[in-house]
Amino acid sequence: MTALQHVKLGTYYVVQLPDADDFDFWRERARAFVQCDVPPDRIAWAEPGGSGDLFAHGERRMPVPPKGARPVRANRRFVQLARNAILHSDPERFALLYRLLWRLQGKPRMMEDKADPDVRKLEELDKSVRRDSHKMHAFVRFRLVESPDRSGGEDGEGGEHYVAWFEPEHHILRANAGFFMRRFSNMRWSILTPRGSLHWDGETMAEGPPAERHDAPQGDPMEDLWRTYYASIFNPARLKIGAMLKEMPKKYWKNMPEATLIPELVAGAQKRESAMVEKGTLEFEERPDTLAAIDKAIHACRKCPIGSLDNQAVMGEGPQDAALMIVGEQPGDQEDLAGRPFVGPAGKLLEHHLDRAGIDRKAAYVTNTVKHFKYVQRGKRRLHQNPGAKEIDTCRWWIESERAIVQPKLILAMGASAARGMLGKTVSISKARGTPIPLEDGSELWITSHPSYLLRLDGPAREEQERLFDADLAAVKERLEELA
Amino acid sequence: MTLQTVLQKLEILADAAKYDASCASSGTAKKNSLGGKGIGSTEGMGICHAYAPDGRCISLLKILLTNHCVFDCHYCVNRKSSNVARARFTPQEVVDLTLAFYRRNYIEGLFLSSGIVKNSNHTMEQIVEVARILREEHDFRGYIHLKTIPEADAEIVHQAGLYADRVSINVELPTDSGLTRLAPDKDARQMEGAMGKVKEDLVEAKDARKRFRHAPRFAPAGQSTQMIVGADAATDADIVGKASRLYDNFRLRRVYYSAFSPIPDASAVLPLKRPPLIREHRLYQSDWLMRFYGYKPSDVMHATEADGNLPLDIDPKLAWALKFREAFPVDVNRATKEQLLRVPGLGVKAVGKILASRRHRGLRLDDVSLLTQSITKVRPFICTIDWRPITLTDRADLRSLLAPKTEQLELFV
Repeated sequence: MTALQHVKLGTYYVVQLPDADDFDFWRERARAFVQCDVPPDRIAWAEPGGSGDLFAHGERRMPVPPKGARPVRANRRFVQLARNAILHSDPERFALLYRLLWRLQGKPRMMEDKADPDVRKLEELDKSVRRDSHKMHAFVRFRLVESPDRSGGEDGEGGEHYVAWFEPEHHILRANAGFFMRRFSNMRWSILTPRGSLHWDGETMAEGPPAERHDAPQGDPMEDLWRTYYASIFNPARLKIGAMLKEMPKKYWKNMPEATLIPELVAGAQKRESAMVEKGTLEFEERPDTLAAIDKAIHACRKCPIGSLDNQAVMGEGPQDAALMIVGEQPGDQEDLAGRPFVGPAGKLLEHHLDRAGIDRKAAYVTNTVKHFKYVQRGKRRLHQNPGAKEIDTCRWWIESERAIVQPKLILAMGASAARGMLGKTVSISKARGTPIPLEDGSELWITSHPSYLLRLDGPAREEQERLFDADLAAVKERLEELA
Repeated sequence: MTLQTVLQKLEILADAAKYDASCASSGTAKKNSLGGKGIGSTEGMGICHAYAPDGRCISLLKILLTNHCVFDCHYCVNRKSSNVARARFTPQEVVDLTLAFYRRNYIEGLFLSSGIVKNSNHTMEQIVEVARILREEHDFRGYIHLKTIPEADAEIVHQAGLYADRVSINVELPTDSGLTRLAPDKDARQMEGAMGKVKEDLVEAKDARKRFRHAPRFAPAGQSTQMIVGADAATDADIVGKASRLYDNFRLRRVYYSAFSPIPDASAVLPLKRPPLIREHRLYQSDWLMRFYGYKPSDVMHATEADGNLPLDIDPKLAWALKFREAFPVDVNRATKEQLLRVPGLGVKAVGKILASRRHRGLRLDDVSLLTQSITKVRPFICTIDWRPITLTDRADLRSLLAPKTEQLELFV
């Protein structure tokens, strides 16, 4: 471009930029135009691939600034924004920047006026470019190609070449080379885009021509793991598609391996959650306020699988104002048939020991933590099964309802299941027995072993456990008298 | 049992980690891999490499080392009595996975947590071992967030801080009684003791770096914690109070809130109906007000309703403004920055723009509308050269005018 010696008024200038993101070239030309006092509406800026033909008749030679022309001024904020905004794909950006530079000469603090339309436009362009760069940092996906031409470098991964295909919205590729170089400095990688490509070999950066999608590899074995991670980290209970789309618009999806899963994840989510809530949620209605209502309700209870076995619910029995509540694990075979708690062998043994301690069973409210008999069928016999932690926790609703009505001063929980039903956690009987545990409603809890445990023992072990059991009952008896 | 593949383990252990809200990778020391022998960089700004359909950012590989656990916390899907599939990674498997994902630009780094196996010290040692291999054997310079276990020895926790960018301990529940009831194995005193110790380490390391340029860094992105919202009866006022105490006492970078969400195989003592997601959002908004808008915890508590919870239909800033109408309208051309920050609808950026622009011109309503998202929301609370709300600020039905309209669509789902 030869220089034009004399500036003619009314000349229309055309500037052809060598690269769409060449800030330095633009700055040099713009500086000269300002010094020659060429107003913004007399210049057309054309970028490569743009519609340059429209300005075929314009003056292509640059004006030469007069000697002693005032230096052109621009504050740092303008230069910072302009460097970034020039990467935008808007063809009007060069003209906007020049207009701002022109106006800045008369109003040096204009950049502070955020309500000015040109300033606002510049900030918009800058923001949009920053966002595009940020999304490039985030959404570039490398795929590994083993290249045969470079076998085993000094770092042991010389044969590995990572290649990505990305479609940026603006001319940001060159400006972001540094980010990927600093991050993957000991890796051999290439980023291919429709506007150009970058290649880093671990030491030097090279630029290449525009590429097409099929120049990049089409898959990577790691992507299965990545998709698995993506699907697993997603919480179907909190679907927020809008929030996802705002940050990861659909235009990026086609180059992200995990995005192929999104439609099925969204479709499955609501189904999954409602299934989970149905399975897990205990939609208990209001607490029954009479024992009769509880009795009725437990017969209909199917909140856990035990309720669906061939059995009947067994309600607690005893006076509604009993000071002592005795809680066992669950009804056994005979209790299930009789529909009453503690009528089988364990019940007999319990009564024997209660008598010995001087506790009247009829004055106590006797019940179970779990209301239905859990068993497995073996031929003609129904073999007792321990209830699971979850089943106990589910059934707490009923024992808590009974406690709320009977309001015992003292609760004797027999066995680990009963203890869990009272405390919500599993405790060790041998550690917990012998000392009362205060409960939230003001009553106190005593823990001992279950009589059916005694039934399973023989000889000295049985004698030892019966002694401990008696001691616990005696302590309860003593405490009851204190409380009375 | 047949041997699980890495893929199967990843499925289980990522699933188990998803109830942790934090995925931040920002605010750590700047580092890059130039001159090193590995990969990785952190440049201040966090990067979200993907978004899941739950709208949450995927920045880190967030997994558990194992979901076997000896604890029995009711709200946790990995509690001892839960019936979920269990798996266990070796430290080397986690390292390989992290590096493979990082090389492909899927992630910013690793967020590693774990169920408690054997005992707390053993578990913590395993977690630290992963970070050690990444940092020392592979010269990995990406982001590492380690969950520390309050019951583990201070020495091992300290070691974690030397490798990690951030460490965190979850306080889990806003009240001590909630913790006792729902997490019977955890102890509030012990947690706070551990957070206090981490704070000391942070202060000490910062101090040492002032004096010795090569003093080792200790968790440059600080410590954070998480509270579960809606699993117990704690009100928003309780939660905000607890959060502000935590910020003050332990200099936390962030308190995360996680709306309790129905988990598979749930324990029966839980409410099991999820709290509205918007509640979590309102809490984050109030967190923002305290951190960036100069609100005190007491201001946020004033914005709560009679039940101690923040209103769900309007944001806490608007709720505060509606309660303290005598503070409005403020004149955008004269008011202080603090006063402007209290105007509903004006964010920190908009206030900055107003302050800069008003030096150049008297602002009119149209000018303000260029600087904010929605002028309708702001209008009742400000004066400009050509605008005064007159009676609008005093109208009794102002709330219904400003509260976002419920979408009709909801009636049909």
